Amino acid sequence: MLYIETWKRVLVWMVCAAGLVFAAPNLFYGRVELHNDAVKAIEARGSTPGLEADAALWPNWLPSDLVNLGLDLRGGAHLLAEVQVQEVYAAKMEALWPEVRDTLRDERDTVGTIRRQPAQDGTLRVKISKPENMAQALASVRKLAQPITTLTGVGSNDIVVSAQGDEIVITLSDAEKIASDDRTVRQALEIIRRRIDEAGTREPTIQRQGADRILIQVPGVGSAAELKDIIGTTAQLTFNAVINRTSDENASAGVGNKLIPSMDEPGTFYIVDAVPVVTGEDLVDAQPAFDQNGRPAVNFRFNPHGARRFGDYTAEHIGSPFAIVLDDEVISAPVIQSHIPGGSGIITGNFTVEGSTDLAVLLRAGALPAELTFLEERSIGPELGQDSIDAGKIASAVAFAAVLIFMFLTYGLFGVFANIALIINIGLMFGLLSVIGATLTLPGIAGIVLTVGMAVDANVLIFERIREELKTAKGPARAIQLGYEKALSAILDANITTFITAVILYVMGSGPVRGFAITLGLGILTSVFTAIYVTRVMIVTWFDRRRPKTIEV
Amino acid sequence: MRMRLIPDETKIDFFSRSKLWLGISGLLMLGSLVSFLMLGLNFGIDFRGGTTIRTESTQAVDVGDYRAAIDELGLGDITITEIFDPTFAEDQHVAMIRIQSQDDQEAASAEMVETVEAALAGVTPDIRFVSVESVGPKVSGELIQTAILAVSLAIAAVLVYIWLRFEWQFAVGAVAALIHDVVLTIGVFSIVQIKFDLAIIAALLTIVGYSLNDTVVVFDRVRENLRKYKQLVLKDVLNLSINETLSRTLMTSGTTLLALIALLVLGGDVIRGFVFAMTWGIVVGTYSSIFVASAILLKLGVKRDWTKTGGKGNAGTQFANVDA
Repeated sequence: MLYIETWKRVLVWMVCAAGLVFAAPNLFYGRVELHNDAVKAIEARGSTPGLEADAALWPNWLPSDLVNLGLDLRGGAHLLAEVQVQEVYAAKMEALWPEVRDTLRDERDTVGTIRRQPAQDGTLRVKISKPENMAQALASVRKLAQPITTLTGVGSNDIVVSAQGDEIVITLSDAEKIASDDRTVRQALEIIRRRIDEAGTREPTIQRQGADRILIQVPGVGSAAELKDIIGTTAQLTFNAVINRTSDENASAGVGNKLIPSMDEPGTFYIVDAVPVVTGEDLVDAQPAFDQNGRPAVNFRFNPHGARRFGDYTAEHIGSPFAIVLDDEVISAPVIQSHIPGGSGIITGNFTVEGSTDLAVLLRAGALPAELTFLEERSIGPELGQDSIDAGKIASAVAFAAVLIFMFLTYGLFGVFANIALIINIGLMFGLLSVIGATLTLPGIAGIVLTVGMAVDANVLIFERIREELKTAKGPARAIQLGYEKALSAILDANITTFITAVILYVMGSGPVRGFAITLGLGILTSVFTAIYVTRVMIVTWFDRRRPKTIEV
Repeated sequence: MRMRLIPDETKIDFFSRSKLWLGISGLLMLGSLVSFLMLGLNFGIDFRGGTTIRTESTQAVDVGDYRAAIDELGLGDITITEIFDPTFAEDQHVAMIRIQSQDDQEAASAEMVETVEAALAGVTPDIRFVSVESVGPKVSGELIQTAILAVSLAIAAVLVYIWLRFEWQFAVGAVAALIHDVVLTIGVFSIVQIKFDLAIIAALLTIVGYSLNDTVVVFDRVRENLRKYKQLVLKDVLNLSINETLSRTLMTSGTTLLALIALLVLGGDVIRGFVFAMTWGIVVGTYSSIFVASAILLKLGVKRDWTKTGGKGNAGTQFANVDA
C-alpha cells in the first residue's frame, strides 16, 4: 500500500536540501562573485583589508559555486580561430636544410656538389651533380629521419625522401603532419591561454575544436578586436644571422635568406638567414630592464638548448652582426662583441619603458607557432546582456507564476504538491548547473522556462491517472498507488525521447545552443526526480497523517 | 470547484474525418515546401556568413540615413532593420545592420567594422554598438551541415527508440508526425521571414522532443488499451486512448504554452524568433500527435497479439517493465 521506507524519504529530502543549498549562492550573485574573486586574489597575491572585507561577504563554509553567465548574458568577446598548421611544415623544412646540407657535404666524393632548388613551402629539393650515386645520397638523407612516437604514427618516420631525376625531394610524412598539427594547435592553445591569463580577465573559455581550431570566449572584454590584440595574431621572435644590410626594398635575398625591414629605421632592410639561430620558443624568461646607458631594454634567458646554440653561434661569429627579429621586423641588429656563454642577454633598441614591458610580456608568453585566421568573431556589449537578463527574469517569473496558478486551479491540494515540487525542481536545476560549472545562456533561460512548462507534465500524467483510477472506486490509497505505477512508463518514454534530443543538441551544438541543451537535459532529470519522488513523498506523508476517506484530484 | 479544460469524460471521434485531416496536413506540408522553395529562409549570419551590428541610440533610427552612410563604403548587400519591442525603454532605439560576407576574408576585419561604426556615428552621434557578430563563409557552411545532421540524427534516434519500445508501426507514425512538425515550422519561417539561425535549430530539435513526448504518451495508452480490450477494433482503441489522455495533453500543452507566451511577450527581441518557433511547434506538435501520428498508426494497423509473438518473446514490451 502507500508506504515509503524511512530511508527513502530521508534520501529524497536530503537530495532536495542539497540542491537548494548549492543553488543558494545564485540568489546573491553579486555578493558571492565578489567573495570568490577576493578569495582567489588572496590566494594569488596575499591579503589586503579590502579583499578581506569582500571575502567576508559570503561565509566560507557555504558552497560558493555560481552558474556561469554566457557571453550573451554578460557581454564579452568570442573568437573562433583556425591555426594555419601548414605554416609549420615550411619552418620544419627550413630547419632541416642545414642538416641535409652538412650530411651531403660529408659525402661530397660520392654525390658531388649540392645545390638547393626553389620549391613550394614544405618541400625541400636538393640537386646533386652526380645523379648516378643517387641511391647513396638518399640513404644518407634518410638517416636523418626520426621515428614518430605518437600512437597513430607508430612505425613511421617524420620525413619522406625520394628522388626525381637528379634532385632529392624531401617532404614531411603524413603521420608527421598529423603529429605536427596536433603539437602546433596544442602549443597555440597554451600560448593563447597564457596571454589571456596575463591580461587578467575572468573565466575565459579556451577550447580546442576539431583538428585545427580554437574557440576563445572571454567575458568582460569590450570587443573581439580587443581580444585579438591580447592574443596577438603574430608575435614570433627569432635571432637570425645577418647576411647584409641594404636600403633597397627590392633587393634579392637569395635562396634560404629573406629580406626584412627594420623596426626603428625606415628605409633600412636586412638580409638575414631564413633559418634562425635561436627562436623565442627557447626563451625561458624575459624581464623589462635598463641597459648600461639607462635606456629601457629587455633581459632574456634561454633554456639549455637555446643557450648552447646561442653560445656556439656567438663564439664563432664575434665581430659580425646578428638580428633580433620580431614579427618579421628587425628590432635591433647588434654586433656580437664577445662569446655569450650563459644563455642570457639583453635586447636593446629604441624602446620606451612601456614598450619594453610589453615586449617582455610578449616574449614570456612565447610566440604563436603559426598564424591564426579568425573564422568567427562576436562581441556582445554588457548592456545588451543585462537587458536580456532582465527580460529573462521577468518572463521566467511570469511564466512560473502562471503555471503555479494554473496547476493550483486544476488540481487543488495536489496542485500545491506539484507546485512545491516545481519550485524544488528549479532549485535543483540551479544547484546542478552551479556544481558542474555549466554556462547559462539566453536560450538556456528559455530552456528553463520550457522546463517549467514541461516539468508539470509528469505530475499531470500521474494526477490524471489517479483521477481515472478513482473512477473505478478502488479507494483513494489504491488509486494513488496505481496512478504512480501506471503513469510511470509514459513518463519515462516521454522524457527519455526528449532527453535524447537534448543529448544530440549538446553534442552537435555550440555556444548558446549547447547552453540550451544543458538546461533542457538537466531539467528533464530534475523534473522526473521531483515529479516522481518528491510529490510522492509529500502525498504519502499527507495521506498518512490525514487518512482521508475520499480524495479529490 | 476545480478548473477543467474539458469535461471529465469525452467521447470525441477523432477519426471520423481522418482522411480530411491527413489531407489538410499533407497540403500544409506541400505549401511549406513550396514556400520554402519560392521564398527561401531568411538565413542569419550563422548560416550564410557575414556581419551583423546591433546599434542603440537615444535618437530615433532613420533607416534611410543609415543606409546612405553605409552605402558609401561599398560593402555590397546590406540590410538595415529597426527593431521594436515592448521591453525597450522610451528613448531606446535599436537597429540591426547586416553586411554580407566580404570576398577576401573569413571573418569581418576589425577595420571594416570600424569604418561602418564611424560612418554611423556621423549620422547619430550617441550611437552605441551593443553587439557585433561576424561569421566567415567557411564556418557558416559547416554550421548548415551540422544543423541538418543534428535534426536528422535526432529523428533517427527517436525512430529507433520508439521501435524498440513499441512496434515499427508506432515508430513510423511518430516520425511522420515529427517530420510534419519540422516541415510546417520551416514553412512558417519562410512565410513570415523571421531570421533563421542556430537558435532556431535548437528550437526545431526541442519541437522534435516535445512532439514526441506528446505522441509517446498517447501511444503508451494505446499499447495499454490494446492489451486490455482485446476485442475492440483498432479505431476504437485509438479513439479511447486519445480521449483518455486528452485532458493531460491539453493540460501540458496549456502550461507549456503559458510559459512560452510569457517569454514571447516579455523575453525581449533577441530570443523572440526562438520562442516563436517553440510556441508554434507546441501547437503543431499537439495537433500532429493526434491527427497525424495516430491516424497513420490506424492506416498501418497494429499486430494485436501481444502475448504470442513467437521467438521474440514479448517484443515491444521488453523494456516496458520498469519499477518506480
